Amino acid sequence: MINLSINNKLVSVPEGSTILEAAKHNKIDIPNLCNLDGVHKFGSCRLCVVEVEGDKNLQASCMVQVRDGMVVHTNTDKVRKVRKNLFELMLSNHRQDCLKCQRSLSCELQNMGKRLGVTEARYTGQTSGGIVDISPAISRDMAKCILCRRCITACNDIQKVGILNAQNSGFKTVVGTALDLPINTVNCTFCGQCVAVCPVGALKETDAIQNVWGAISDKCKRVVVQIDPAVRVAIGEEFGYEPGTQVTGQLIAGLREIGFDVVFDTNFAADLTVIEASSEFLTRMKYSLEDMEARLPLMSSCSPAWIKYVEHTYPEKLDHLSTCKSPHTMLGALAKSYYAEKLKVEPKNMAVVSIMPCTAKKFEISRPEMTNNGLPNVDAVLTTREIARMMQEAGVDLRKVGKSQFDQPFELSSGAAELFGLSGGVMEATLRTVHEMVTGRELAIDKLQAAPLEECDQVKDVELRFDNPLEAYQYMAGITIKVAVASGLRGAEFLMDQITKQESPYSFIEVMGCPGGCISGGGQPRPATSETLQKRLQAIYQEDEVKLFRKAHQNEGVTKLYKEFLKEPNGQKAQDLLHTQYTKRGKFNEYLCD
Amino acid sequence: MDCEATKSQCCCGEETDQQKYDKIAEIIDQYKNREGSLIQVLHMAQTVYGYLPMELLKFIAKRMDIPLSEVSGVSTFYPVFSMQPRGKHTIKVCMGTACYVRGGKKLVDRLENMLGIQVGETSEDRKYSLEVVRCLGACGLAPAMMIDETIYKQVNPDKLNSILAKY
Ligand code: SF4
Ligand code: SF4
Ligand code: SF4
Ligand code: FES
Repeated sequence: MINLSINNKLVSVPEGSTILEAAKHNKIDIPNLCNLDGVHKFGSCRLCVVEVEGDKNLQASCMVQVRDGMVVHTNTDKVRKVRKNLFELMLSNHRQDCLKCQRSLSCELQNMGKRLGVTEARYTGQTSGGIVDISPAISRDMAKCILCRRCITACNDIQKVGILNAQNSGFKTVVGTALDLPINTVNCTFCGQCVAVCPVGALKETDAIQNVWGAISDKCKRVVVQIDPAVRVAIGEEFGYEPGTQVTGQLIAGLREIGFDVVFDTNFAADLTVIEASSEFLTRMKYSLEDMEARLPLMSSCSPAWIKYVEHTYPEKLDHLSTCKSPHTMLGALAKSYYAEKLKVEPKNMAVVSIMPCTAKKFEISRPEMTNNGLPNVDAVLTTREIARMMQEAGVDLRKVGKSQFDQPFELSSGAAELFGLSGGVMEATLRTVHEMVTGRELAIDKLQAAPLEECDQVKDVELRFDNPLEAYQYMAGITIKVAVASGLRGAEFLMDQITKQESPYSFIEVMGCPGGCISGGGQPRPATSETLQKRLQAIYQEDEVKLFRKAHQNEGVTKLYKEFLKEPNGQKAQDLLHTQYTKRGKFNEYLCD
Repeated sequence: MDCEATKSQCCCGEETDQQKYDKIAEIIDQYKNREGSLIQVLHMAQTVYGYLPMELLKFIAKRMDIPLSEVSGVSTFYPVFSMQPRGKHTIKVCMGTACYVRGGKKLVDRLENMLGIQVGETSEDRKYSLEVVRCLGACGLAPAMMIDETIYKQVNPDKLNSILAKY
């Protein structure tokens, strides 16, 4: 332990702590902006400066480690003056339009101004290069960038995709894509992890709110809305609930209140995905065991950021991907066919809106592959943050709306479906069903407990043995499969490199584009600290445990859907509506232009 | 030298694009896994190719397995790297206070007009690159400019034509 004094208080902290950490640990609050606990440390804003006795210059407390006998002052005249000055300089090249900025009231820069007691801005200046770049998923307004570089850490170190980096030097420095190419033209996955950490209004989701209001007010349109599992354990945060409060009932009621006609559960389609993917997996296993052509490992396909990543980075490996659409696009396709027929509504008079924790899904629905009969499966994707804003705009408070329930025929779902919101969840949900299909017995393991691999902390794996299979699955007798889960795209790269080198020991791989899965998606409430994420995760596990049934194949709604409409898993109708194909892109989109 | 061949090949004894890329590939493979090798590779690539066009940056990014945004980030950070083709001759016009006041700006305007380019660019025939500099140390004889290693003092804009004719 290191002993030092902060503001005349003697404290003792572990060696290697920074002054900022030491202060925080002892409930002394030092303003800090660019620093993001456990994620990003760069020392660019310098708002965290403190006086250290004996040092001539003020020190950035987030970068300097404590030393024995150090005497630190965090709140002297000099420190306060310098901080204010730095803040005002920051404002001098910032597009200050708080009154119409999406980030107002949740902006870390705005809060900092208040925290520092800044009441004037003495400097005026040009903004350094205010490009505005709008893609189907993410919008960038660089005149609001404060160069904290958190997004660079998220994109390069956490995701290892490397779309955003500092360009140019000195006053002209901007954070951007290579040579300022529009982000829609490079190999960005639209995972939104950069958006999730941006402290200001510089990075955000591309707005779908106006389109959705348009659909709602269109009298001829039946507007169907569906909710993803990770949204319900997070949206409460926007309305003052404790993180991890599960507010499904309130959310459904709120959606009805603002004018949606029908509310479906994306989890219904998650159960359907499990059935389709299990059947696809077992077919590939059978072929491979019988020495026929089959692509293994099978790779999950629920995460559109991961899909786009494979298309750019491993365009030769697309046939490893499951052909299943993501659950919300499956549900959209069914809403505009099965449900529309039932109701005798023209599919073109329907609009399907998905509420998702995700920015990549905004891009996904614009893909030409995600259409049937010339209509998009899903017409708009709203992030968790966006739907909260819509409700606030309409004066709807989740705390006051009461509760409601999902509508038929897509109202039921299993505990397994809830797990789709978490890294490892798709794997667990699928194995629960595969194991029972093959052996007729329940899978004995729960919550795929495994430690991260030594070689890559974003990857876990487990083994599963199939004994005494049922008659139809004799080919699985005594077979042990190895499966792996990647939480984030750095982990995905690890698994893909094994496949490229033909060294993959796995039969099935789940990848979620965001570290931790959809609970930490790019569209979720900000900021998401590790404690908040932990609470969202617990809330999902809890949901799984209290559900009436916990396995996808127990969903009677799904059984009925096959009986009445789809006939059989992976059958013709399912292929048409629920499965898709992928596009070779290449790192520089070189496959797209020929 | 054999002249019939691909479009990019030329007859004046210069290397073809393909030969330059092969050379750069060799350099990359030699430096690839060394710490901080990107800057060295960019340097040598620029020496071989003359400048660093987008296609070359992509080539380097791919072969070194480094994100393109990082490669472009480094090449835009250091002024020595140029993403524009360099002209055979570099014209530097002084924009120090003295020169600016005494017609440096006019020289720049005129040159931009004559060459059909902006400061920082290279003329279409790749003959000249136009730059401005802080001070050439010839304040007493402003406005001054420099072409390659030669300094021209008290330049009269109307004489620019005859100066350029020497190159
Ligand atoms: S980013 Fe923050 S400070 Fe800047 S305009 Fe938006 S709310 Fe205001
Ligand atoms: S969306 Fe993801 S891949 Fe794209 S720039 Fe942001 S972090 Fe990088
Ligand atoms: S875009 Fe946002 S996260 Fe990235 S450097 Fe700018 S302010 Fe920071
Ligand atoms: S928080 Fe320490 S430099 Fe920004």
